[in-house]
Amino acid sequence: MNIVVCIKQVPDTESVIKIAGDGKSIDTGDIKWVMNPYDEFGVEEALRIVKDQGGEVTVVGAGPARVVEALRTALAMGADKAVHIQDDDLYGADPIAVAKMLAKAIEPLSPDVVFFGQRAVDDDSGVVSSAVAEYLGMPQLSVITKLEIADGKVKGTRPIEGQTVVLEASLPAVISAQKGLNEPRYASLPGIMKAKKKPLETKTPADLGAERSDFIEIATLNPPPDRAPGKTVEGETAQELAANLAKLLKEEAKVI
Amino acid sequence: MADKEIPQGGGFLLGPTDPAAAFVPEEFSDEHKMILTTTADFVAGDIVPMDEQIEAKDHAVVKKLMASAGELGLLGSDVPEEFGGLGLDKISTACITEEIGKSGSFAVAQGAHTGIGTLPIVYYGNKEQKEKYLPDLAAGTKIAAYGLTEAGAGSDAVGGCRTKAVLSEDGKHYILNGEKMFITNGGWAETFIVFAKIDNAEFSAFIVERDFPGVSTGAEEHKMGINGSSTTTVILEDAQVPVENLLYEKGKGATIAMNVLNIGRYKLGCAAIGGAKGALTQSAKFAKDRSQFGMPIAEFGAIQEKLAKMAAKIYAAESSIFRSVGLIDAGLEGISHDDPEYGAKASAAIREYAVECSIDKVLGSEVLDYVVDECVQIHGGYGYVSEYPAERAYRDARINRIFEGTNEINRMTIPGELLKRAMKGKLPLMAAGQKLLGEIMEYSPLMVELPDEPLAYEAHMAEMAKKAVIFVAGLAAQTYMQKLIHQQEILMRVADMVIESFAMESCVLRAKKAIDALGEEKAQVYMDMTKAYMDEVLPQMLIWANESLAAMSEGDDLRTMMIGARKLLKYQPANGVALRRAVAARVLDKNGYPLSY
Repeated sequence: MNIVVCIKQVPDTESVIKIAGDGKSIDTGDIKWVMNPYDEFGVEEALRIVKDQGGEVTVVGAGPARVVEALRTALAMGADKAVHIQDDDLYGADPIAVAKMLAKAIEPLSPDVVFFGQRAVDDDSGVVSSAVAEYLGMPQLSVITKLEIADGKVKGTRPIEGQTVVLEASLPAVISAQKGLNEPRYASLPGIMKAKKKPLETKTPADLGAERSDFIEIATLNPPPDRAPGKTVEGETAQELAANLAKLLKEEAKVI
Repeated sequence: MADKEIPQGGGFLLGPTDPAAAFVPEEFSDEHKMILTTTADFVAGDIVPMDEQIEAKDHAVVKKLMASAGELGLLGSDVPEEFGGLGLDKISTACITEEIGKSGSFAVAQGAHTGIGTLPIVYYGNKEQKEKYLPDLAAGTKIAAYGLTEAGAGSDAVGGCRTKAVLSEDGKHYILNGEKMFITNGGWAETFIVFAKIDNAEFSAFIVERDFPGVSTGAEEHKMGINGSSTTTVILEDAQVPVENLLYEKGKGATIAMNVLNIGRYKLGCAAIGGAKGALTQSAKFAKDRSQFGMPIAEFGAIQEKLAKMAAKIYAAESSIFRSVGLIDAGLEGISHDDPEYGAKASAAIREYAVECSIDKVLGSEVLDYVVDECVQIHGGYGYVSEYPAERAYRDARINRIFEGTNEINRMTIPGELLKRAMKGKLPLMAAGQKLLGEIMEYSPLMVELPDEPLAYEAHMAEMAKKAVIFVAGLAAQTYMQKLIHQQEILMRVADMVIESFAMESCVLRAKKAIDALGEEKAQVYMDMTKAYMDEVLPQMLIWANESLAAMSEGDDLRTMMIGARKLLKYQPANGVALRRAVAARVLDKNGYPLSY
């Protein structure tokens, strides 16, 4: 089984996010970068499949030099090799443009399965996996929490409101992983030391013959609104307080 | 660091340190960073959710977590690869230790196991002993403990030792009798490093298994904190220990005990900074959430000053400790695990930095205690109830000033080691003292010309602080000669001056490196913390110096000496309020310690 896992490097969910001076990107100065948590489910699933059925796991990531850290983490978890598409200007790009590049890098690897996280926790677009499936001409099973692969076929379960739907397709296929698919392992220390020696190939978009074309761009980024200060209900007696509270809830909060 | 000359242990006192010879956390390799992440994820994902069970001393849970830690490699960093470990550098171990340090009681179990429980075999075991014990210890399938302390053998572990070992008639066993006390991991360990006197004379170490006939452990102690760790007595009643389980050589127990403690000391410092960072995070978050007088208490100067002092102290301890670990790694470079003399060579290399190890222990544990105390204070009444983590952090921290050598013993070690080396001519402190006495009359703090660069004044004051150490320690040595050892009050103050000199210089070196790497603007918080720390410490240096001088002299002599001390430590105060406000802003912005790697 030849498996590719695409990973995106995103700000750690604990990071304090600030909007940069241009109003359309984030200030990256103080950010700790990590592998997109949904992509970890993909890496874990790929490692489990290869353990049972044999084969090789290649991780692919696109972006500036720092993306290598996320790829190394995947190698430390147990992936066999990595491909880094180096483009310093890719963060915040049109997901379709990113998908095009990824497809170019994945195609020559001729995978049986391509994993993605169902979305990236930074921009929440959730578009790249479907676009890659389209560019590669593969079926896609999206938002999957349970997976079986046998006899050239893949069966995936997606939870839908109170029920599940089971999807089936023949390989090769693109799978986007949802929380619940598995419990990703930590990169062990022996894994970390081994990762140093695993192959990591760097390619530029030009090497891949991928031309960057963005159809959309970020217009503005807006911070969440400041929380309005609380209000103290006035009144001497319990009755007065209750009456004033009811009045506030009705007239100002408009919830009753 | 390979092409640089490695500074001597204690050598920092003799003059400025080459920044290239001072390791800083900003130089972590990618592997170090990944080790930090894995350990942090393990603590958050596996340890914290089991907190209640751990605190209730659920043996099964702790054993399972130790095995998980072993599987991840978190127990084997110091164990050579051929015996099931990873044989990593000491910075890697320091990274693990710092992050595990945020796990409360589990950190104590892990620390005792990987440190004093395992390292005696790593450094002093023969091949058979290493093959037999190390793979299980590195994997966490067996847990180790260390039995040195007895009811009457605390700080005087060798002199007070009453546990006896006698060779059996058939010569196959040592028969051990005695009782070891306060043994961490006692309740659940399978192997114990036990110290005993052979024929009431030769202080030696043995590898004792729980299943050996005559070995048992007592009831759990009821402790002030770290309640999730196991602390029991180890009882030896005609315990039969096979002769091949004698560790190293007869009568060499003290060598093992002392050298392993050196490692335990800097590791304790690492765990302490981890704990302190955790408490600072709790403090910053609480201060932002808690409103009084219509605004978050984080907006009050009194609270900001606390947060800034906590951060600056952590910065000073962290800079000192990682600098020390870097020195130890440099000293160990080139000593191969395959070398038959590995243990002796490696422990000699570590022993070279015994002064730094003691500094790390005292500084780390006292910064942690300061931070958890202020953490309780910032929480107000909520800090005093067990519903919030501040209360437990406060109790858990206290043991750190006691175990691995009390802070008093460690303070005594610092001038003790320095003077020993000076006497042997290894460290030319005496010559430096003589030279200083010659210079001091001519020296005027008003005449000093400083280069026009950031932190020039701080770098200068760090050097003057060292001179003040040499001045006071030299006069004390001259005054008391061989009897100086009986002047513990003076030695404690000299130790404090040594500790703070090292800490201040470590702050300056790290900030200068940050300026070189990031530019002044981005390195601002490093500079602010350095200045804020020194602004607190420098006035204290003069107090310690004067108190020491006043105890050893009087009249005109004393006045002359005090003029000397005052000249050396003449300090132009910084605007500490502004500095600490700037640091506090960063702490609040980052929800905790302002630096990350």
